[in-house]
Amino acid sequence: MIRVALPAHLRTLGKIDASEVTLEVAGPVTQRSVLDALEARYPMLCGTLRDHVTQQRRPFVRFFACSEDLSHESPDAPLPEAVASGVEPFYVVGAIAGG
Amino acid sequence: MSRVRVLVGTRKGAFILESDGKREKWEISGPHFPGWEIYHMKGSPVDPNRIYASQTSAWFGQVLQRSSDGGKTWETPGGEEMPKPGEMPKGLSNKFVYDATAETGKPLTTHQWYDGTQHPWEFKRVWHLEPSLTDPDTVYAGVEDAAIFKTTDGAKSWHEMPGLRGHGTGPKWQPGAGGLCLHTILLDPKNPQRMYIAISAAGAFRTDDGGTTWKPINQGLRSEYIPDPTAEIGHCVHHVALHPSRPDTLFMQKHWDVMRSDNAGDLWKEVSGNLPTDFGFVIDVHAHEPETIYVVPIKSDSHHFPLDGKLQVHRSRTGGNEWEALTKGLPQSDCYVNVLRDAMSVDSLDKCGVYFGTTGGQVYASADSGDNWMPIAEHLPAVLSVEAQTLP
Repeated sequence: MIRVALPAHLRTLGKIDASEVTLEVAGPVTQRSVLDALEARYPMLCGTLRDHVTQQRRPFVRFFACSEDLSHESPDAPLPEAVASGVEPFYVVGAIAGG
Repeated sequence: MSRVRVLVGTRKGAFILESDGKREKWEISGPHFPGWEIYHMKGSPVDPNRIYASQTSAWFGQVLQRSSDGGKTWETPGGEEMPKPGEMPKGLSNKFVYDATAETGKPLTTHQWYDGTQHPWEFKRVWHLEPSLTDPDTVYAGVEDAAIFKTTDGAKSWHEMPGLRGHGTGPKWQPGAGGLCLHTILLDPKNPQRMYIAISAAGAFRTDDGGTTWKPINQGLRSEYIPDPTAEIGHCVHHVALHPSRPDTLFMQKHWDVMRSDNAGDLWKEVSGNLPTDFGFVIDVHAHEPETIYVVPIKSDSHHFPLDGKLQVHRSRTGGNEWEALTKGLPQSDCYVNVLRDAMSVDSLDKCGVYFGTTGGQVYASADSGDNWMPIAEHLPAVLSVEAQTLP
């Protein structure tokens, strides 16, 4: 199972009580496959993380895992093994803007 | 006895204020969607408990919310159903994609940027939601960058009405300080084929065929801040209002100047008259007196606050030109708030109620057509929009 940590606003929008959601991902574990599974499980999150059409990450959304910033990695690059095995969560984070 | 519900959108959530017909005591619910910008909420005229809300965030984009119980509970249309294995998600209620098809949309891809260069059209948010006068599942949405969208399935899916953006003047549209926003949508209650919209900073437009074709209706407007002050396109229209009994008469608060048209926008004339300043954002019409109109004068486009720190609504009972200041109950010293373009509304009780919200987080109400005012909410986040509903 893949663990995904979401920011508070998106947990509220998805009516998610827990701090993380767990997802089953078929095939290679990548940003794209994780986000596909997330949006399939929580359709109301479509468009909030990536553009409906281009599938580009929204500018103020960041992806972290295993103390690494993965925001600029290819969406089809494999995520770290620790994420794929469920040891570490995949973090979706609202970028810090302003003070 | 009739009741009134006031829908308040703010920078940090939505609030719903309710009162009986006396409009003396108000109950406030909220914040709904705390932390999100709620640009606009509006109820269906044929089903007042069906309310649509535009929820936006610079981080997470656009979300459409819908209530079927007067704002007690909300749902994201289409997002509530779990898809079956192998199916694509159905959460399309926030999917606003410009029509670029050759058949209907025309490949119109740029508008004018602040510096005069051309800039790609980019969807940012929904500014205004206008439910149909006859069908609770049909709603029009005015968006930034400026375009009009329509849903016929209760906001589950949206489709651009491409005739507006593609009618020919689109490349001349330019953003105002708040962005290139389509902020006003008026439906003609006597002619279902006729609609009016307004864009900052392009101007006002009208369709007479249900939105298939559009034409600019800006003749008579004069804006000194554009290269050609009387150009067909480029005027920063802040808001337009009409009375349902006389939909050919329009009232406009432009960047500067209060205007009226008596021929459905074909020609405008200035009715600023004795206003202390004719800059402002809101304008609205009394529910029962088609020649009684309201504005909130703001000092200037560089000072977005009232003159001399005195918050005043100005009322004309003559359709413009002759204005009186309404001050009873409003702060008359040290008040430096703004009243934004969608932040005024009226109810339709026998004694017309008038409501407006400020960027200081106050919502003021008058239960006697503006003679006396009282705050019905204070210390809210900055108010973006106010809509009053008169309930049975």
